[in-house]
Amino acid sequence: MPVIDLRGVSCPTNFVKAKLALEEIEAGETAQILLDDGEPVKNVPRSLKAEGHKLLGLRQTDEGHYALELEKGED
Amino acid sequence: MPETQQPAKIDLNNLKSGGFIKERGKDLFTVRLRVPGGRMSVPRLKKIAEVAEKYGGEFVHLSVRQSIELININFRNFDVIVEELGEATQKVASCGARVRVPVACGGCEYNPNGLVDTQKSALEVDEKLFGAATGHHKFKVAFAGCPFDCPKSATNDVGFQGAIYPQLDKEACISCGLCAKNCVPKAITMGKDNKPVFEDKPCIWCGDCVKVCPASAWSEKRRGYTVRIGGKWGRNPLVGTLFATFLPEERVVDFISTVLEWYKERAESLGRIRLGDVIIKEGPQALLDHLRKRYPENTVAATIPPQVIETQVGIRS
Ligand code: HEM
Ligand code: SF4
Ligand code: SF4
Ligand code: SF4
Repeated sequence: MPVIDLRGVSCPTNFVKAKLALEEIEAGETAQILLDDGEPVKNVPRSLKAEGHKLLGLRQTDEGHYALELEKGED
Repeated sequence: MPETQQPAKIDLNNLKSGGFIKERGKDLFTVRLRVPGGRMSVPRLKKIAEVAEKYGGEFVHLSVRQSIELININFRNFDVIVEELGEATQKVASCGARVRVPVACGGCEYNPNGLVDTQKSALEVDEKLFGAATGHHKFKVAFAGCPFDCPKSATNDVGFQGAIYPQLDKEACISCGLCAKNCVPKAITMGKDNKPVFEDKPCIWCGDCVKVCPASAWSEKRRGYTVRIGGKWGRNPLVGTLFATFLPEERVVDFISTVLEWYKERAESLGRIRLGDVIIKEGPQALLDHLRKRYPENTVAATIPPQVIETQVGIRS
């Protein structure tokens, strides 16, 4: 599964980067997105959902950041 | 036949609607144009620019309540300006003891936070109530699309704030925890069964949980406007207080009319007084009772008077 590492990237650049990275994979494929706690984990999942991607799960890692799993939606 | 030398023949009806404000200089006025909700079509903007260039100064002013003000207008040009702008499509704004042009944020149309169509509400109020005489003082209305409330709705005589009340379908929940993470007031926590636990009290009705939930486990139970009444700013600021919740969007105009009815009646013999000060004098219960007759489902059981803001300069007796 492709991992899109957006740790250390702030809003809204992280969302734009996620969007660009997701263009590289096919609809229906899953990807993991790493996000910082705080604003990123609040904003990015919601925006990706609004773009039509299917959020599959979110978990906090031992290092404190978040791993969001999603399935790429149709364009 | 019209005279060759243009006489100062001014149609005083144009002045009655207000929006013509005397400036410092001789013969010069500001013409305040009506921009309900701050939305202006591009062709209209071009037309205004044309008129401003022809009759006004070197700039226009964007007023604090979203109107465009033409500056340095000679009063002799009032009629021709009103005509060129097309009274029907670009009316000048009001002054005095009237319902003012409503202010609104972008609302839900393109703004990701918006929960209600503030632009539609602002247009409706502008169409139906703009310029209505209150008999007492100015009357300002504002619409915020969500509880973040960028337009500061509670500093208006009647302030509306879009809201939704969330409900949870536990079965649909995939236990991702995003809702709890997103809920800033912490109305949602994750329970021992790894499903969200909702507490009513801290919830501000922002709808973030509904927006973020990947499984559509959160949905809206109610949607409408949170209504605060009695606010104003200026020399003696008041913040309006809660009178109604989840007011349906289509009842906004009627609701404001109901408030106006009470204001007109209760302020009788009180002179030039804002609604908030009337509520402080009469007590908020009187207005609640009046509203409850028409809005039993929306009027809150009890409230507090508009809140006085201490400005710390010019001590009030
Ligand atoms: C001849 C007298 C006055 C003139 C020409 C005048 C003019 C204006 C103008 C041009 C604006 C901006 C309006 C807009 O954004 O649409 C404004 C706003 C405002 N005026 Fe006045 N004003 C007058 C008297 C007063 C008085 C007496 C008060 C207070 C008691 C007052 C309180 C305010 C406040 C608080 C605002 C800010 C807008 C708001 O309430 O959100 N004004 N006024
Ligand atoms: S009040 Fe809400 S909807 Fe309106 S501009 Fe602010 S955040 Fe957006
Ligand atoms: S509506 Fe807003 S405040 Fe209420 S539970 Fe949902 S996210 Fe929290
Ligand atoms: S966001 Fe939805 S799926 Fe995730 S925990 Fe909350 S209710 Fe469950």
